[in-house]
Amino acid sequence: MDDKDISKLDRWLDNLATEVVLAEPGSDQGLLPIRELFANLRDKSANDESLQHFHEAATDAVSYMENTVMDGDALFTAAYLEHIKNRIALLKEMRRDPSKTFTSEAPTTEAAAPESENVATSETVAETPVEVESEAEPAPEPVTEPAAAVEPESAPIAEPVPAPAPEPPPAPVTAAAPAPAPAPTHFEEMPLVLDENIEADLLKEFFSESHEHLENIEQGALVLEDNPKHKETLDSIFRAFHSFKGAAGFLNLKPMNRLAHELESLLDLVREGKRDVSAAIIEVVLKGGDLLREYVVELQSQVSGQSERAAIIKPVAHLIHQVRGVIEMGNGTPAPAPAAAATPTPTAAPVATPETPAPAETTNVIAMPVTAAAPEPIPVEAPRPIARPTPPSSEKSTKGGDADHGAVKNNNTVVKVDTGKLDSLVDLVGEMVIAQSMVAQDPDLRALQCPRLTRNMTQLSHIVNDLQRTAMSMRMVPIRATFQKMNRLVRDLATKVEKQVELKLSGEDTELDRTIIDEIGDPLIHMVRNSVDHGIEKPEVRLAHGKPAVGTLHMNAFHQGGNIVIQISDDGAGLNEERILAKAIEKGIINEKQQLSKKEIFGLIFAPGFSTADKVSDLSGRGVGMDVVRSNIEKLRGKVDIDSTPGKGAVFTIYLPLTLAIIDGLIIAVGEEHYILPTLSVKESFRPHANMISTVHERGEMVNVRGHLSPLLRLYELFGIKPKSTNANDGIIIVIESGNQQRCLLVDDLVGKQEVVIKSLGDAFKRNRALSGASILGDGRVGLILDVSTLVSLKDERNDPTAMAA
Amino acid sequence: MSVESIKETAQYITFKLGDELFAINVSQVREVLDLSLITKVPTAPGYMRGVVNVRGSAIPVVDLRLKFGLPKAPDTVQTRIVVLELEMDGEALVLGGLADSVHEVIELEPNQINAPPRIGMRWKTELIQGMGKRGDQFIIILDITKVFSMDDIVQLEATKASLNAEPANA
Repeated sequence: MDDKDISKLDRWLDNLATEVVLAEPGSDQGLLPIRELFANLRDKSANDESLQHFHEAATDAVSYMENTVMDGDALFTAAYLEHIKNRIALLKEMRRDPSKTFTSEAPTTEAAAPESENVATSETVAETPVEVESEAEPAPEPVTEPAAAVEPESAPIAEPVPAPAPEPPPAPVTAAAPAPAPAPTHFEEMPLVLDENIEADLLKEFFSESHEHLENIEQGALVLEDNPKHKETLDSIFRAFHSFKGAAGFLNLKPMNRLAHELESLLDLVREGKRDVSAAIIEVVLKGGDLLREYVVELQSQVSGQSERAAIIKPVAHLIHQVRGVIEMGNGTPAPAPAAAATPTPTAAPVATPETPAPAETTNVIAMPVTAAAPEPIPVEAPRPIARPTPPSSEKSTKGGDADHGAVKNNNTVVKVDTGKLDSLVDLVGEMVIAQSMVAQDPDLRALQCPRLTRNMTQLSHIVNDLQRTAMSMRMVPIRATFQKMNRLVRDLATKVEKQVELKLSGEDTELDRTIIDEIGDPLIHMVRNSVDHGIEKPEVRLAHGKPAVGTLHMNAFHQGGNIVIQISDDGAGLNEERILAKAIEKGIINEKQQLSKKEIFGLIFAPGFSTADKVSDLSGRGVGMDVVRSNIEKLRGKVDIDSTPGKGAVFTIYLPLTLAIIDGLIIAVGEEHYILPTLSVKESFRPHANMISTVHERGEMVNVRGHLSPLLRLYELFGIKPKSTNANDGIIIVIESGNQQRCLLVDDLVGKQEVVIKSLGDAFKRNRALSGASILGDGRVGLILDVSTLVSLKDERNDPTAMAA
Repeated sequence: MSVESIKETAQYITFKLGDELFAINVSQVREVLDLSLITKVPTAPGYMRGVVNVRGSAIPVVDLRLKFGLPKAPDTVQTRIVVLELEMDGEALVLGGLADSVHEVIELEPNQINAPPRIGMRWKTELIQGMGKRGDQFIIILDITKVFSMDDIVQLEATKASLNAEPANA
C-alpha cells in the first residue's frame, strides 16, 4: 500500500470522527455514511499484512453497523454511538501504533453484544410491529459472518479464527461473537415513513425512475434465469439496484434503501464472479423487485392523496435476511488473500455450503469450518462459469460497481418531457394543419391564380404535414415493455397452474400512443391469464392429444391499415362453442331460440357475468375480466375479435387506433348540424328502400339488412333536430356496431371522411354519453363526435318521448 | 363573496345585457371574442348555446341573456363572447358568455361599490357581488363563479338524465 492510500485511511478516520460527533441518539443522520466509511477502511486495509489487525477491527465495525445498529429501526442509540466512538478511537490508535492488535480490544466487542441485546428488547417495546416474521432457525444473524459475506474480500477476516497458534485470544473473540448476539427470532419490520419535507417534484421523479429501474430488474432477472452468463443484463440489474439505493437513501426511505443495498451487494458478488446466478438469487431479486414496487406504489398513492399518509410496513427485514442467507450460502471465495495462503482451511469452509440453498443453513457457517476442514477451493471454483471471466484482481476495489456505473452509459440522448406539453404541442400542430388548409382553400386566394403562391402553399403544406407526423410520433412508444411484462406473468401463472407455457413475442417494436400503452396493459394481462388458465391444457392432456407438452402463447403486434393489431394466440384447446352457448343460456345472457353465428358465440365470453370455467381458480374464471377487457379496449376506441379452432387453439385479435388524438371520422349531416362518427365503428351505409323498414311490436322500427334485423335509430329524433326529411327513404342508413350490437342510424346525408383531432368537450358536457368528444372541422367550426357504444345501447327509448326531449 | 370581500381597487370589464350594465373582475376574463360559428350541442339546456372553437379548444358558450331570464335576442355585430376562466371546486373551467356588447375596462375602488339592495332587484342578490357606481350609472358587479356554479351543470345533466342513465346493456 502506498503513502497515498495510507493517508486516505487517516482522512477517513477523521471523517468518521466528525460524523459520529454529529450523530445523535434517536436519529439516523449519518448512519449510512458511517457504515460506508468503515467499509472503506476495511476494504482499503485488506490485502495489507501490516494492517491485518486494523482490517479486522474495521470489518468488525462494519458488521456491527450492519447487523446491530442498522437492524430494527436503524436509529442511533447512545450505546451504539459509544461503541462506535470506542471503535474509532481504537482504529486511530492502531494507526499510530501498528503493533496494537485488535484482539486486545476484545472486551469491547463482547461488551457490545449485551448492549445490542438491550437495545433489541427496548425496540420490541417501542415499535408497534404490524408484521412479525418468525424464522425457524435459532440464531439467524451472526454478528461477524454476514459482513464477511457481504464483501467477500473481507473473507480473510475469518482467518485468525482457525489460525490461532500464535495468538490464542482472537479465536474466542470472533467465535464468541455470534453466540452472545441477540439472536432475534423475530424480525422487527422497519416502518417506512414518508418525510413530509421532501419536495413533491423529487418524489415524482423518483417514482418515474423507480418504475424504470424495477422494470429493468424484473426483465433482467428473467433474462438471467435463461442465460445466467449475460453480463450486460447482470450489470443493468446491478445498476438498477444501485440507483434505487441511492435515490431511496437520498429521500430517506430507509427500508427501501437497505433492501436495495443488500441486493446490490449480492449482485456485486455475482458480478465479481464469486457467485453463480442460481434459482435462489433470481428468486430474491424478483422478490426484492416486487417488494420495492409495492413500496413505490404505496408511496405513490400516499403522495397523490389516494390513501392516508401512514407508515408502510412490509416484510423487508425478512427478505433482507433471506438475501443475506443467499449471500452466505454460496461463499466460494476464489483467491485467498496473502495472509490466508498460510492457512487455507477457513476459506474453503463456506465453499462447502453453496449447494445447500436453504437460508436456514446459513447460521451454521461457523460450525462448518470444522466439518469441511480441508477441501481446496480451486476445484469447486472450476465449474463455475462466471467465476472465470472476472479475475481475482477485482478484489482490490469493492466498489468497482460505481466505476462501471459511470462508464457504461446509455448513448441514446433522451429528453424527458411533461406529457402535458406534448399534448399541447400535438393539439397546436393539429390546429395548424386546419388553419393551413383553411388558408389554402380560401376562395379569395384561389381566385388570385398566382403560380408562386400555389407553389409556396404546397411547400407549406408539406412542412405542416411533416411537422404533424413528427409531433404525433413523439407520443409513440414501442409496445416492448408491455409485452415483456408478460414474461413474468406467464412464468408465474404457469407455475401456479402446473402447466408448461412458452411465451413468444414478436413485433415488440410496434409503436403505440403512450396513453394506449398505459391502458392496454390490464386487458392484455387478463387475456394472457385467460389463455394460460383456460386455453392451454395441462402437459399430460396435451401429450394425450399428440401436442408437445409445452404450450405456446404467442403475442404479436403489427400495423394493419390505420390500426395497430395485437394478437394473442395459443395452441391450447380452443373455445368450446357448445359450452359457451350452454353457459350463456344458463346465465340468462341469451335465450335458447337465438341463432348466433360462430363469431357471436365467441363474443359471448365478453358478456358481463360470463364464465365457463368449471371451477373458479385463483387466476381467472370469476366471470369478471373478459367483459372488462372488452370495455377497456372499446374505451380506447378499439375492438377485439376472437377466432378459435377446437383442439388447435384460439386467437384473440385486438384492433387499436394508432393514437388517441386522431380518429378517422365519417362526417354526417342531420338538418343543419354535422356530426362525426368514428369510421372504425361504421359497418356500412346505404340508402334504404321502403320495404326494408318494418315496425316490430314492442321493439320499434327495425331495418332488414340482408335478412338481419337491426333497430332503427333516427338521429334527428334522438337529438331533437329538424331534419331535411323525416322520411327514411330520403335519408341514409349507417350501420354502426359496438361490441356485438348493431344499430341502423338514420341521417340526412354523408358529408365526407376526414381525420380529426379529438378534443375534450369539457366538464360541461361530459355526462352526455351520446357525445364522446369534439373536433375542429375544416371550416374552423366545432364538430361533435358521436359515441357509438352509447348509441347502440340506447334501446327502445325512442318510443319514450320524454327521454329525448331536449 | 359579498361586497365586504372587495377590499382593493380592481379592474372590471363592463358589458351590456339588454339595458343593464354588468361588470366582471378582469382576473376572471381571459379574452373577448367576436361571435363565431357556434355548434349546437344536442340535449343541452336552452341557455347553453353550444360550443365554439377557441384556438383549438372546444369551449361551451352560455347565452347570458337566457341565463338571467331575459328574452332571447338576435345576435348582432355587437354580440361578443366573453371567455371566462373560473375555478369551480378546485378545477379550472373555461367557458364563454354571450353578451350583447362589451364596453370597456374600468377601475373601481372599494368605496365606489355598495352592497346590492335587498329588494326591488330583478336579479337574484346572491349572484351580485355589489353595485358599482360610475357617474350616474349603476353597474352590477357579478359574482360570476356563483352564476355558473348555481345548479347549472346539474340542471344541464338532469335534462339529459335519460341519455345518461340509460344502462349500457341492451
